[in-house]
Amino acid sequence: MQYSEKVMDHFMHPRNVGEIENAQGVGVVGNAKCGDIMKMYLEIDENDVITDCKFKTFGCGAAIATSSMATELIKGHTVKEALTLTNKAVVEALDGLPPVKIHCSVLAEEAVKSAVADYYKKIGRPIDFNMESDTVVPEEK
Amino acid sequence: MDRFVYADNAATTPVSAEVFEAMKPCFETVWGNPSSLHTKGREAKKVLDDARARIANVFSCRPDEVYFTSCGSESDNWAIKGAAHRMKAKGRTHIVTTKIEHHAVLYTCQALEKEGFTVTYVGVDGDGVVNMDELKAAVDDKTALVAVMYANNEIGTVEPIAEITEIAHAAGALMFTDAVQAVGNVPIDLSQLKVDMLSLSGHKLHAPKGIGMLFIRKGVFIDNLIDGGGQERRKRGGTENIPYIVGLAKALEVAKEQLPDLTRVAAMRDRLIEGLTKIPYSKLNGHRTNRLPGNVNVGFECIEGESMLLLLDMEGICASTGSACSSESLEPSHVLLAIGVPHEKAHGSLRLSISHETTDADIDYILEKVPPVVARLRDMSPLWENVQKSNVNQ
Repeated sequence: MQYSEKVMDHFMHPRNVGEIENAQGVGVVGNAKCGDIMKMYLEIDENDVITDCKFKTFGCGAAIATSSMATELIKGHTVKEALTLTNKAVVEALDGLPPVKIHCSVLAEEAVKSAVADYYKKIGRPIDFNMESDTVVPEEK
Repeated sequence: MDRFVYADNAATTPVSAEVFEAMKPCFETVWGNPSSLHTKGREAKKVLDDARARIANVFSCRPDEVYFTSCGSESDNWAIKGAAHRMKAKGRTHIVTTKIEHHAVLYTCQALEKEGFTVTYVGVDGDGVVNMDELKAAVDDKTALVAVMYANNEIGTVEPIAEITEIAHAAGALMFTDAVQAVGNVPIDLSQLKVDMLSLSGHKLHAPKGIGMLFIRKGVFIDNLIDGGGQERRKRGGTENIPYIVGLAKALEVAKEQLPDLTRVAAMRDRLIEGLTKIPYSKLNGHRTNRLPGNVNVGFECIEGESMLLLLDMEGICASTGSACSSESLEPSHVLLAIGVPHEKAHGSLRLSISHETTDADIDYILEKVPPVVARLRDMSPLWENVQKSNVNQ
């Protein structure tokens, strides 16, 4: 199993690690039993633009790298745009992931969606999107 | 990178200079087939016989009890399948093993289950020592074979093989021990230890990969796994790998000579254990004292093993983990689960396996580099955040 240089770069120098106090949107996905938890914090302005984004992740190299890349990809975009982020886009931006690590990118997509859902809930907007990625994760054995 | 420290000797070891030197003539001049009757063949046969005799001397067994194989996994497969198939004729269709065996043993047992054999997987205590009451209760007059590893590859716990052998023999069952991790790390005298079969692998003790051995005690009969030419007294086909067999003989002799040096290795191990378990929310996996001299396995809460390995690798430290994420299976180590480590904690284990080549400076270096790596990963872990918050609230 080999990680791309991009994955290693995002793992060794993760972007946007940390917490945002009183963030408008906070999402947590995954569970410790499976070995991955991602927590995503969103700072959103009155125009629905994600002005800041931070994450904390418990997991492998790919879990940390996909979280980092996801924050990069949504920062400065509107929440609507953030909702269009797919795990595939995260994988491509990282120049690929080993097959057994694809689920990490799914988790990254779902972390963003979970944080946006939290924001919608807080401002009383109906959650009109699927919180789960529609990517079928390849069978893991 | 300030330094390079190889602390993954349980995975494999480098071929030592003396082993390499011993093997060289077998590539240059002694390249004959020992089955050939001509000069070249007889020359090779002599070298083969000599290697076998030297290995027998190391273990205090007979040369005709030594069978060369391609690896530890082949030896394990042969011992278990060969014994099961042979004992079936005597109405014995039950195998007793443990939950912490290597996959070469576990999956072989599972394959036999598909053929209709029944297998009891005996549990272990929190230190990884086989539960003897459970084992005694499992062995009966239907038991063909008891297969228990000499020492565990992940947590280093050494099992009471002599005692287990007595239990197996009292019930008329054969006793096999997978000693792949133990050979070279604990003294083994096969004139004292009454096991019927013992497997080992060359590359764990500075011989090359691709050479293994199965000891089968005289008078013990098991079915063949590999049929072919008449090699290994018609028990294992395949032209003998003379260079690697010579390498294995040399490696075993050197390992035996170096046994006294293992006290020094164990002292370094203890220093590692002491230093690493000073890190808060960490725990030693495996028995504190009854463990292989080179094995350290520590679990760190709230972080995941693969990311720990990658960061340590960046510092020049080669280690290993029982985390699911480091494997292709995504299942955490069955050994850690068997000793009662919960799933979420099993992901954060670090195995360091040192050898006589490890120095005190290497230990200092590991002890300097691991704590900041753990701290760095905890800093970005949401689980650690929860631990910190609950501490503040207490």
